[in-house]
Amino acid sequence: MAERGIPVAVEHEPYDGFVVAKLDELASWCRKNSLWPMPFATACCGIELMATGASKHDIARFGAEAFRFSPRQCDLMIVAGRVVMKMLPVLQRIWLQMPEPKWCISMGACASSGGVFDTYAVVQGIDRFLPVDVYVPGCPPRPEQLLQSVIDLQDKISRTGTVLGREFRGRGQPEGPRSLRTELDAADQIVAPGNFRTSTRSWSLPTVNDRPRA
Amino acid sequence: MGLTLADAIASPEIADRECQWTLNFGPQHPATHTTLRLILNLDGEVILKATPDIGFLHSGFEKLGEHLDFNQYVTIVDRMNYVSPVANEIAWHHSVETLLDIELTPRCKMIRVIFGELMRIHDHLLACGAAALDLGAFTAFLYAFNQRELINDINEWASGQRFHPSYTRVGGLQRDVDDAWINRVRSFLKGFLPAHADICRLLNRNRIFIDRCRGIGVLTREEAINRSVTGPVARASGVVRDLRKNRPYLAYDAIDFNVVCAQEGDCLARYLVRMEEMLESHKIISWAIEHLPGGPVNSDVEERMVLPNQLSVYRSIEGLIHHFELNMSNRKWKPPVEEVYASTESPNGELGFYIVSNGGPEAWRARTRPPSFIHFALFPHLAEGHTVSDVAAILGSLNIIAAELDR
Amino acid sequence: MTTTQTPPVIPATHEPLLAVARSVAGEDGVTVSVFRDNVRFHVVPGKVLAVLKNLRSECGLDMLIDLSAADYLNYPGAANRYGIWYVLESVSSGLRVIVKTWANDPEPRLDSIFDVWRGADWMEREVFDMFGVVFDGHPDLRRILMPDEFVAHPMRKDYPLRGEGERHNFLALSREQS
Repeated sequence: MAERGIPVAVEHEPYDGFVVAKLDELASWCRKNSLWPMPFATACCGIELMATGASKHDIARFGAEAFRFSPRQCDLMIVAGRVVMKMLPVLQRIWLQMPEPKWCISMGACASSGGVFDTYAVVQGIDRFLPVDVYVPGCPPRPEQLLQSVIDLQDKISRTGTVLGREFRGRGQPEGPRSLRTELDAADQIVAPGNFRTSTRSWSLPTVNDRPRA
Repeated sequence: MGLTLADAIASPEIADRECQWTLNFGPQHPATHTTLRLILNLDGEVILKATPDIGFLHSGFEKLGEHLDFNQYVTIVDRMNYVSPVANEIAWHHSVETLLDIELTPRCKMIRVIFGELMRIHDHLLACGAAALDLGAFTAFLYAFNQRELINDINEWASGQRFHPSYTRVGGLQRDVDDAWINRVRSFLKGFLPAHADICRLLNRNRIFIDRCRGIGVLTREEAINRSVTGPVARASGVVRDLRKNRPYLAYDAIDFNVVCAQEGDCLARYLVRMEEMLESHKIISWAIEHLPGGPVNSDVEERMVLPNQLSVYRSIEGLIHHFELNMSNRKWKPPVEEVYASTESPNGELGFYIVSNGGPEAWRARTRPPSFIHFALFPHLAEGHTVSDVAAILGSLNIIAAELDR
Repeated sequence: MTTTQTPPVIPATHEPLLAVARSVAGEDGVTVSVFRDNVRFHVVPGKVLAVLKNLRSECGLDMLIDLSAADYLNYPGAANRYGIWYVLESVSSGLRVIVKTWANDPEPRLDSIFDVWRGADWMEREVFDMFGVVFDGHPDLRRILMPDEFVAHPMRKDYPLRGEGERHNFLALSREQS
């Protein structure tokens, strides 16, 4: 970090009132214990997410009870429930609106892989289109599982976190499974033309009108 | 200006004027709970025009229903109205059993009644708790969720899954309940009344809550019928219609209970109807759990509709054949090549399934009549003329469940 | 869709309804089938709006419970491709009847019943979205569940369960982009 012109924390003589730590660790320690989740709750898992926030399970014990519905205030997105074609551009837009550093928990089978909904409308796992840090299995997962995933994420943050988000740099390629589009025949690689005014849907991908007709 | 609000709403050129502005509400918004979107045309903060945009959770349930057999589809139906899963299962299998003409055993009927009413409490607790949450009363939500956790435990004890039990089967249940389950239900019943009274004490005389609900989103009886509204929303508008009374299914004709209705048709009436219905459900369960008949939960083996128990599979050739037949993908049930519509009173309203069968074990078409879909179509009618802050009250009182809305 | 050989036994409660329907659509315009507790009137497409109007005004069937459709492509014994049903009920008496009609390719069309029941608004839009049946006279017939730019009608039987690849076609975001 010194080479980027940022002072590195210098070791002091240890005496009362001072803590000596690496800045990275200090930042990670702060971040992991005050995660602000953005509940992207679409379906059944959203109710379990509410149950996790309610009194019996009480996610506040892990410092993550400050649910904020504005993505600008959050650093943890919990995608709870299946994400469908119409919703994915919204999801990506909200993800882009969240400030760095940010993490994503994919809660439940539907968000992680499409689950039982292997149909025309459901995206087969959000990790094909978004970076995901922790997957939670279950349909829906129990609140305890979601709490465990928060603990796991805290562990990940304390291991890899840096104060300037160096761990995210240079990762310019999507890291999830390959988009299924590439596995299809060229003739089947169609999309509906993207005319959502505000979407992040791609304009460069082929549209159904470009499809060679038999 | 000399214009009344009603004039402004009625005339499109005024509604399109420059001074109006448009507010996008959702699809990701705390008051929508799940995923629905509203486009509000506003004058100041008065809603002139509301345009709902749905489909943000359309997952192809009905298409899946054409590819899964009658028992497999239960897992999907569960996820439709996910705050009262077993009520959906009961509705689905009620339709299938009407198609196949299966008579359930008395014990199965009564267990389904108990589950159906537990789910009504489950659903109404969330509807009332979340409606209060949206209007700023957080504590009622916590009280409601404590009770919901107990019902989840009851689900888990009976079926192994706390949230989506997939408990019913064609002609029966996944398994019988035991005495420990009955005791759990009893202890829930004992604790529910004080909890219900707590929620009532928090909300029923709460000045802020009442001011934000009374007179908001009024639905008249005529409009309710014209717009196909059912369930508590219709009953709050004075439509005396409850399928449990009108077309009794399961064991409801043997049970004494009241249909809760109100006249006002506003958000407060819908809230009060739900709160009162929970007490009626409590009464039904209290009676049913003490009058649970004995005997098997699955319909007779001779009907060849339900999986036989382990003993008869291992010890008898008929049981083995029967088990084989029901598990092979090309055997299973042989329904008539017909179609049938049957419906039940789910917590949200009339939940019906129109099944078209081509004689195979899967439905040719499994149409759901979703109450949330029909209730959300009301929203522009209810919201126009009110202010933006009333949107949360109206949405909360309609109890829109997105997965049932979009399927 | 199937009609039994023996004439179905019509419950006495439904006789007046049938008389009203036949008075509008003619003797040949309405056939009846009965299965379990469902009584179905099969009405020719051109007359269905008038029949529903009269059933509402004269017989007190004031509530439209359900409106939807099915695709009968390759269905055993089916003569028409799309079957559309209207489930009607009288709130006061609980009397229930199902009115069925049909439509066919290449341009499946029916009259909208928006003016008879406002509740039909979204149900007709859903049928249009899922099956492509056009309802003449509906004031706002847009797609309701699928995105506006979607071109297929997914509940048709010739549309595959897993779609035609639409669900895979989005940009993937990387860590650095976000």
